[in-house]
Formats: sequence, structure tokens, C-alpha cells
Amino acid sequence: MPAEPSAPAETLLDVRNLSVSFRSEKGVIRIIEDISFSVGAREILSIVGESGSGKSITSLAVMRLITDPNAIIEGSIIYKGRDLLKLDPREMRDLRGRDIAMIFQDPMTAMTPVYTIGWQIEEQIRAHQKLSRRAARARAVELLGEMGIPAPARAATRYPHQLSGGMRQRAMIAMALSCNPSLLIADEPTTALDVTVQAQILELIQRLRRDFGSSVILITHDMGVVGTISDRVMVMYAGTVVERGPKPMVLAQPSHPYTLGLLRSIPPMHGERPFRLPSIPGSPPAPTARPAGCPFQPRCDFRFEPCGNRPPLFRHGAQEVACFLAADHLPDWDHERAIRAPGAAA
Amino acid sequence: MSGTRPTMLHAASVTKRFRVGSRFRTGGVQIVHALTDVSLDVFPGETVGLVGESGCGKSTLGRCLLRLYSIDDGRIAFQGKDITNLSQRELRPLRAEMQMVFQDPYSSLNPRRRVGDLIAEPLRVHGKRSEADVQNRLRELMELVNLSPDFLQRFPHEFSGGQRQRIGIARAIAMSPRLVVADEPVSALDVSVQAQIVNLFMDLQQKLGLTYVFIAHDLSVVRQIATRTAVMYLGGIVEIGDTDTVLHSPAHPYTAALISAVPEPDPHGNIRARTILRGEPPSPTNPPSGCRFHTRCPIAQERCGVEVPVLRPLDPGRRVACHFPLQSGEVAGHG
Ligand SMILES: Nc1ncnc2c1ncn2[C@@H]1O[C@H](COP(=O)(O)OP(=O)(O)O)[C@@H](O)[C@H]1O
Ligand code: SF4
Ligand code: SF4
Ligand SMILES: [Mg+2]
Repeated sequence: MPAEPSAPAETLLDVRNLSVSFRSEKGVIRIIEDISFSVGAREILSIVGESGSGKSITSLAVMRLITDPNAIIEGSIIYKGRDLLKLDPREMRDLRGRDIAMIFQDPMTAMTPVYTIGWQIEEQIRAHQKLSRRAARARAVELLGEMGIPAPARAATRYPHQLSGGMRQRAMIAMALSCNPSLLIADEPTTALDVTVQAQILELIQRLRRDFGSSVILITHDMGVVGTISDRVMVMYAGTVVERGPKPMVLAQPSHPYTLGLLRSIPPMHGERPFRLPSIPGSPPAPTARPAGCPFQPRCDFRFEPCGNRPPLFRHGAQEVACFLAADHLPDWDHERAIRAPGAAA
Repeated sequence: MSGTRPTMLHAASVTKRFRVGSRFRTGGVQIVHALTDVSLDVFPGETVGLVGESGCGKSTLGRCLLRLYSIDDGRIAFQGKDITNLSQRELRPLRAEMQMVFQDPYSSLNPRRRVGDLIAEPLRVHGKRSEADVQNRLRELMELVNLSPDFLQRFPHEFSGGQRQRIGIARAIAMSPRLVVADEPVSALDVSVQAQIVNLFMDLQQKLGLTYVFIAHDLSVVRQIATRTAVMYLGGIVEIGDTDTVLHSPAHPYTAALISAVPEPDPHGNIRARTILRGEPPSPTNPPSGCRFHTRCPIAQERCGVEVPVLRPLDPGRRVACHFPLQSGEVAGHG
């Protein structure tokens, strides 16, 4: 089974037919509905979506960090030729931290409040590498410095709560990078940060790829962040992939009505100010209230007869779109608007 | 700077400090200099955007403007009336005319009360209205914020974030205020919903002739909604002027850096193309001497660490607090 058309030649991670569901009193709730994607070597893949789209659950599934006994995970997650879903917990623990690392929106998720930053990074290093405590400490301080933390030797002696949000984020990244992971999964790493600090963190992530040759899965709700550092974009909505392709293509020619709507609802920083911002009506559905057929249907200005069915991912060159408008070719929005959505804000 | 134009709100040299910590804890009592010498005029019918990074004092300023906080120094006048030293009881009759909308509509709404009661509360407390009148007004408000009147019987948790913000807005405009201070009202919302709420603010302004102070950390949202924009850094306004002037040809190096850091959904975007400001804002418990931005400013000179730059007119419609303001088109610091 070939990877998606836009994937780079050398594949590091290949997720096939992943579904995640939870058993509950109200029956089985499907959060992720049969998605497939891959990440190439040295690639930065952005996964974009709003709340409830399933982007965080996807990454937690890859890390095997879903511990809820009511979770049902199906499919395969092939990393460097091995199916992560088939590894025993010890093998997985070994891989996590050494080979695949994850950073979160809230750094405290990955840190312990009662130990110093330096100690936590040291432990991380020593868990995977044979190094003396002294050498590990030196490496920890070096990493903190590389992350742009001033006076790194002193910062290493601090507890997480003694650092600002931006500094904690850097310390967590230092910890995640301490073993030169091949894959970094970053879940909304800059959402809680100010734009100037966000720019610094994005630059760090970019450097990680350049200096260590790592691959990155960057999870975000922010198309601006996508525009700033990704190679490819995968847009998720209601637990499905709705569009995917190289960043320049998806941003220049968004081809799913949801991607189009997301991009158009961002107020521009240049040029004409729209009198009204184009917006998407309604809000993203909760996993328990996902509509039948095309999941975007209730909010879509373009829906037509076929939309009562679930659209497959149609491929056109390097772009893939799960929308019946793209059945034969990528949609021409002026044309579609004229024939299907005369009322839609231009 | 008000000239002869009447102001909706006039704030002159407002200073606000908070005491934090305790005599009995490590670090002892510290003073947070949340606002230092902040002056701002808000004119009827306009929207003043307040931008800046977290902790720079936007929320504090918003609350001081409405006298939800007392101030340590300076003067605040609402529609010409000095409200600097009014007690909360003396302020009560004015509350109907100046209202606040918060970032997280959920935490500002009592979860156990029905939406109808939440919105009607200010009407019942302040107004001497009959119940029939209150019900009429409720229906009117629901229509203004585009919510179905059926929702009045429901509870806040049954609503999405965007709907809850509509409820928060309905509550704020219930008494027909003149001035609304909105503190990050779209920051917690999904992107696809933000635009709806920004549009709602703009519609309501047109229909009701509202005046806004709109606080946001997102520059593109402020560009969309604000007629004038004030940029804050570490407790002070560093630049203020017409939104287009400030955002298209920033004169303060901090404004320029802030704009450069805004990520855009550009198909050919690249982090390396940006001017990246180093470090983080210093602590407001111990702000730097002279220009508060001098520790991070790419063009700082010796004078900047010594002499406080005052906010002074640079060109028509703009004031800047910098000894060496940028010429138009110039970008602070290269790469
Ligand atoms: N009630 C308070 N007590 C103590 N410090 C406060 C209080 N409110 C705000 N501050 C401090 O004042 C400064 C300005 O905060 P704030 O006005 O909330 O900034 P912004 O809204 O721009 O993020 C910050 O350092 C903040 O921690
Ligand atoms: S399949 Fe139909 S409803 Fe779904 S996004 Fe396309 S046009 Fe809209
Ligand atoms: S006064 Fe000096 S330090 Fe401050 S912004 Fe202007 S040039 Fe920079
Ligand atoms: Mg605030």
C-alpha cells in the first residue's frame, strides 16, 4: 500500500487505518475514524484542527500514551519498520524519550514539580545513555543554553515553577531533545505563549530538523504557525482527515470547504480589511454528536446531494481532499460559489 | 490630547501597583508595577485596540478604566465626570453605562442559573422594570446576539464556547451601555468561531452606537476591529495611533518586533524571514530603568537605559514613547 502521494521518499512513521474509540455508558464513541498518514525523514508535518478534531488523541495514540482501559485502538503504527501497537510496554518505554519525544502545550505535563530542571534532564539522558552524572549534567546545561535559556547552569538548579512559561517550554524541549529523537511530536507547543516567544520556539523546532535531522509532527489550531514552519499539512475535522498536501499548495489553493473557511476567517495583516470576516457558521461537533455522511455537512455552504455519504480522500497530484466537490478535480471556488452557494459571503 | 472633542473616557497618568507575596515568605513583599503613568482618551463611537504580551497590563488597564480597580495615581473621567475617587456604591448608577466582556464566558457565568436569569440579572438589579418588560428586553437581546429565544430556559454548560460568548455579550449590553471594555473576548474560541464573534462586535457597534476598548493579544483581530491601536509593554503604552498607521509603519521598535512575530498563513512563509526578538519581558516587580524596552531593543543606545522616553506626538494621529523612533519602512534589527 503506497503512502499518500505527497509523502517524501523515505518514510519514518506510517500510520495505517488508525481508529480510536472509547467505551462509555452511551455506547462506543469513535474519536478517530480510520485515518492513515505518514511522516518522512526530516519532515515537518503539521496537523491542524479545532477542538474535538482528534489531533491530540492521534499523537497520544502514536506515543502509546492512551492508558484509559476503555480505549479501543485499531490499525497499525509502523515506526522504522516496527508496529508500535504490537510492542510490549517495556520496548515502548525504551523508544519513548530515546527515539520519539513529545512536548505539550503545558510543560508541567512532562515535568515533576519537586525536582530541579537540571536533575530531570539528567535523568532523561541517563535513562537512555551510559553517561556519568557529571557528564549528563554538563550535557543538560549545554542543552538549556542551546534552547536560549540565559545563565543555563543556574537555570538547571531551578524548579519548574521558578521559571516563566516560555522558559519552562524551552526546558521541556531541552528534555525532549536530550536524546536526539528521530521524531518529535509537538502538541500545541506555542499556544500558551506570546508571539515573540512563539517565534523563538518555532525557530528552535526548525533548528532541530536542520541540526539533528529529526522529523516533527506539529499539532496546532493556528494556520499562521502552519505557514511559518511546515513542509506538509494535514487538516483534521471530526476525527477524519479532510485535506492533506504540501504546505504551499494547501495554503495557496485550499480545496476542502473547511480548510477554505478556516483560512478565510483569519483577519489579514495586509491589504484590504474585509467589511465582515467570512466565518464558518456553527461550531465543531462533539464526538458524540458527529453528523452522518460528510462530517462537515451541517456547516458547509456548498453541500449538495452526494454529501449524505462519507466522501473518500480524492487525490489530485500531491493534494488530497475528502469532499465530493473534488471528485474529478480540485474545486474552483468562484465557480462553486456561483452555482452552489450564492448566499455564501464572497 | 483630547483637544476640544468630548471624550467617552479620559485616563490621565494612571498608575496601578499590586502588592504580592508576604512578609513571612521567601522573597517578602514585592510591588508589581502593573501600570505606570498611562494616559488614554477614548472617543465616542470608536474602538481602541489594546495589544501587548501577557502581563503587560492590558487587563489591569481595562479594569482601572471601568474603576473595577482603584488606582494609585492619576485621574479617570467617564463622559466628563471624574470617577477617580468614587466608591463602588457611588459608581453603581454608572455601571449600566460601562460594561465589561471577559475572555472566558464560562467562568463569568454562574453554571446553576438559566441563561434567561443570567442575562436578566442586571435588568432586575438596576432597572425598575416590570417582568413583562424584562421578558421583552430578553427576547430583543437574544435577537441582537443571534441566539434563539428558546435558549433562555437552558443552562450555560449546554452551549458551545461561541454561544456562551454571545450570552456574555447579551448580558453586557442588557442595560444599553455606552462603553464596553472587552478583555480578550475571542482568544479562547475556536478559529472558525472567532470570526463570528468579531463580526458580532462590529454589528452591535453599528446598531447600538457602542464605544469599545478591545483587548487582544492577536494583532490581526485588532487590525480588523480597532480604529485606533495602543501597544503596551511592561505597564505602559509605547505607541498609539490610527490602526493602519501603527500596524503598517510602526515607529516603536517593540511594535515592529511584535508585528514581525505574527505568524501568517503564507504559502511561502518561513521562520527565518522574521525578526525575532530575543529574551522575554522583564519582571514588572523590578522594571528596567530608562526605557523599559531597552533590555531587548535591537537599536538601544546608552541614553535609553537612563532617560525615560515620554509618549509624544510623532506625526498626526500617532504618539510614540521612544528616543529613536523608526522612520516609516525601516525595520528594527536585521535577522
Ligand atoms: N490582582 C493582582 N494581584 C497581583 N498582581 C497582579 C494582579 N493583577 C495583575 N497583576 C500583575 O500585573 C501585571 C499586569 O497584568 P495584566 O494586567 O493581567 O496583564 P495582561 O492583561 O496584559 O496580561 C502582571 O505582572 C500581573 O501578574
Ligand atoms: S462533501 Fe459536501 S458537505 Fe462535505 S465538504 Fe464537500 S461539499 Fe461540503
Ligand atoms: S527608547 Fe531606546 S531602547 Fe527604548 S525603544 Fe526607543 S530606541 Fe529602543
Ligand atoms: Mg489579560
